[in-house]
Amino acid sequence: MSKKDLEIIIATDCGSTTTKAILIEKKGDTYRQTFRGEAPTTVEAPFEDVTKGVLNAITEVEELSGRKILDGEKIITPNNGNVGADIYVSTSSAGGGLQMMVAGAVKAMTGESAQRCALGAGAIVMDVLASNDGRADHEKIERIRQLRPDMMLLSGGTDGGTVTHVVELAQFLKAADPKPRLGASYKLPVIYAGNNKAHAQIKAILDDRTALIITENLRPSLERENLMPARHKIHDIFLEHVMQQAPGYPRLMKMVGAPIMPTPAAVGTMTEKFAKANNFNVLAVDIGGATTDVFSVFSEVFNRTVSANLGMSYSISNVMAEAGLANILRWLPFDIEEQDLRNRLKNKMIRPTTIPQTVEDLQIEHAVSREALRLAFEQHKALAVGLKGVQQERSISDAFDQTSSGQSLINVMKLDYVIGSGGILAHSPRRTQSMMQMIDAYQPEGITRMAVDSIFMMPHLGVLAQISEKAALDVFYHDCLVRLGTCLAPKGLAKEGQLIMEWEVTAPDGKKQAGQLRFGDIVHVPFDAPKARLTAKPLKGFDMGAGPGNKVEAEIEGGVVGLVLDGRGRPFNLAKDAGKRRDDLNKWYKAMGMYPV
Amino acid sequence: MAHAYTPGLKVMPCTMFRKKRLLPIPGKVLVEDGKQVDATDIVAQTELPGKVFPINVANRMSVEAGEIKDLLLKKEGDPVKKGEIIAENKPFIKWFKTSIESPIDGTVDSISHVTGQIMLREPPKVLPLQAYVKGKVVEVVPNFGVTIESEGTFIQGIFGIGGETNGEIHMAAQSPDEELMPEAITEACRGKIVIGGKHAGLSTIKRAVEMGVKAIVVGGIHDRDLRQLLGYDIGVAVTGTEQIGLSLIVTEGFGMIPMAEYTFKLMASRNGERASVSGATQIRAGVMRPEIIVPGFPKNVTECKKDQGRGWIEPGDPIRIIREPHFGVIGTVKSLPPELTVIGSESHARVLEVTLVGGEVIVVPRANIEVLEK
Repeated sequence: MSKKDLEIIIATDCGSTTTKAILIEKKGDTYRQTFRGEAPTTVEAPFEDVTKGVLNAITEVEELSGRKILDGEKIITPNNGNVGADIYVSTSSAGGGLQMMVAGAVKAMTGESAQRCALGAGAIVMDVLASNDGRADHEKIERIRQLRPDMMLLSGGTDGGTVTHVVELAQFLKAADPKPRLGASYKLPVIYAGNNKAHAQIKAILDDRTALIITENLRPSLERENLMPARHKIHDIFLEHVMQQAPGYPRLMKMVGAPIMPTPAAVGTMTEKFAKANNFNVLAVDIGGATTDVFSVFSEVFNRTVSANLGMSYSISNVMAEAGLANILRWLPFDIEEQDLRNRLKNKMIRPTTIPQTVEDLQIEHAVSREALRLAFEQHKALAVGLKGVQQERSISDAFDQTSSGQSLINVMKLDYVIGSGGILAHSPRRTQSMMQMIDAYQPEGITRMAVDSIFMMPHLGVLAQISEKAALDVFYHDCLVRLGTCLAPKGLAKEGQLIMEWEVTAPDGKKQAGQLRFGDIVHVPFDAPKARLTAKPLKGFDMGAGPGNKVEAEIEGGVVGLVLDGRGRPFNLAKDAGKRRDDLNKWYKAMGMYPV
Repeated sequence: MAHAYTPGLKVMPCTMFRKKRLLPIPGKVLVEDGKQVDATDIVAQTELPGKVFPINVANRMSVEAGEIKDLLLKKEGDPVKKGEIIAENKPFIKWFKTSIESPIDGTVDSISHVTGQIMLREPPKVLPLQAYVKGKVVEVVPNFGVTIESEGTFIQGIFGIGGETNGEIHMAAQSPDEELMPEAITEACRGKIVIGGKHAGLSTIKRAVEMGVKAIVVGGIHDRDLRQLLGYDIGVAVTGTEQIGLSLIVTEGFGMIPMAEYTFKLMASRNGERASVSGATQIRAGVMRPEIIVPGFPKNVTECKKDQGRGWIEPGDPIRIIREPHFGVIGTVKSLPPELTVIGSESHARVLEVTLVGGEVIVVPRANIEVLEK
């Protein structure tokens, strides 16, 4: 079928707990998402067949839309009147997603490249092994034995370089004789994407013990990363090997009209398409119950990280363990006993489906969410870096501006758009709560537009983008994104109450709003026009993106929240005194109308 | 009649259940279909490959990787003893002689002429798999294990630490709202499964470890005590491998929470009988809760029913509230309004009306209650 024939599309995302189906219909020239349905995922016992949940979710769409899509357990294709769909696509993260272990010769070089490669393919990286990772050799072997990944990515060495380290890693791997997570009697798939000079040795060592696949080197030279061939192999093996072992997936693979993608890979694809179409630097986050995924596109370079144990229910206690109790307490505008807070978070961990009933309980969850978002962003910044080990040519004029290789690509001043998804951001009772959680966690500088993906439609659209980019982007703009508005945050520090910026916003109808921003204040301006013209005049020492004290004119977006003028300064620090900190928080929360009084 | 789906923890006086007992890697199944087994019987066994010890001979002897073949005294597959010389050079002057001794008893697993490294492997370790519960083998999974069927009392906790164990049930509290104090842990508790009431503190648990108690079952513990006990914060509820000297099962949650009376009375009815207990908890998709299993019928029970949990609630059902501001409060369902209701946090949620013991009626999100089996 040619792409222009697509009129009706059904898409599902099989998550660990819920399978979500959406119906997309072409209305005139534009694709719109029209109906959605959901059902519990059925990968686990007693069903052990993912297609049951898929069929249930699609049945709900049928009931709501009045369109007959299923003929028994088959999707009716193509669409004809009020019957059938032109294509069915799906993503999946059920059964714990794709779990990988990666190895590289040098941790900061091929080790990191291998990690970026696996993460970009939508995997959870269980561990990164490297010759210089600080562990004794027998500890590395022990670690490989303990973990049972779905597959392993082995890299190391540049093409034509020394083979010793990567051969040594292969020998460790052989000695450990690792077993795959699913199907104990199958061989573990191992992708080799290292020095091409070592192919013969790697084959001799690993061919009989593992299901070895050799592909192009992911770091052919120190100056170049070549992640796509290995990423494609990961996707192939995910479909051919891992999915085949998961309950019901062989049947699901026969139902779809395009290859099933791991959910995070699909979200990454959609983030990239959006960034490219608008020439934006984009940060997208999906904060779930167990994990937080962060995606970024900066200067056209895509990166993804997954913080496997930062989440709002199953992993809520781990956020406390990693952030420290004091960092959670600092966002609360009231006093609470440490023991009480500890017990509350643990009780959420053991009963992850409970919901906050009181404002106080909601504020505790929002405090945890800020820390989970912040920690996941820190981890992302650490991995989204330029290549390390690259030789840089410097002239005498660079003598005072020495930057090392491996700098983070993430620059919050150059960040154009933040997209949040996941229950705590998408379903907060007030949208101001979602926007402030992201502002506090990411501390954007200058001008930053913000939105939430209200029903987590990005996976469906990412897999659809493989077939029709237009359909995916149409639905993304019209139905997926809920525009929150724009955050204006001058970078700099001053005394509380000091004037730091004058601003003026002109709506498309010519209506103007203007005002001043003082240090330590947050000003909320409700404003829902999709586009407007901003003129911001930061005072000396404050930067809105054009350098300290320089005027900025830019296009901005309104939304369901509007404009948030954040005068708390950057870097932003909360008051050390508990009383002053609580007063400040109450002042800001009141200014934003965040919680009922 | 209105009802809502709410899975609760299983607390059943007598039920028929099946336990799959599988090895992590293929091995040998030692029992046949239909055989009666005791909790401590070994039903399957495998050999875990021994630990591997790499030795970089080339580096240690200061030679090229390709030259190590001339120095090795052993070849792949040869057995080695701890302290035995496995490689040595042959200098003209014997003062310059260097040699490498094996650090372990085992075999030479592999030799690499690319890296100059040899791998020694310890002998395999036998991994026996116990039946865990008394019952009958009803299925044999070749090379992996068995399924055991049994009848008995089955109680799930909400959270636990520590692995499988078994011992006699010992009631150390008189009522479900009594705190389990260190003084209650006496010599009589040694080797037993000790049942307390609403809470056990750090000093009680430490005393139990000293006294050789196999497991403690209580309503609640404080997270701070758990942290001190383990030396770290549990980040995600995936437990079962902790080695603190006993298994610990919490039936209600974190804090001081009286054990549900029904659970307490049921355990009291099995006082003195042998139980199989596991603290292993996994709160993820495919949830696993800690459990207490006592084979056989309790006194006064003559019929063994199948799983009674109907998975939903109806007006009149006893429930426990599992989130603030009424955490731990017990009541009965008054009604289940179908429409979404705005709750205190301003979220729209499905709710239910609950009648408390004193007659007061409160509104609670359906997500925040747990049905109590009766």
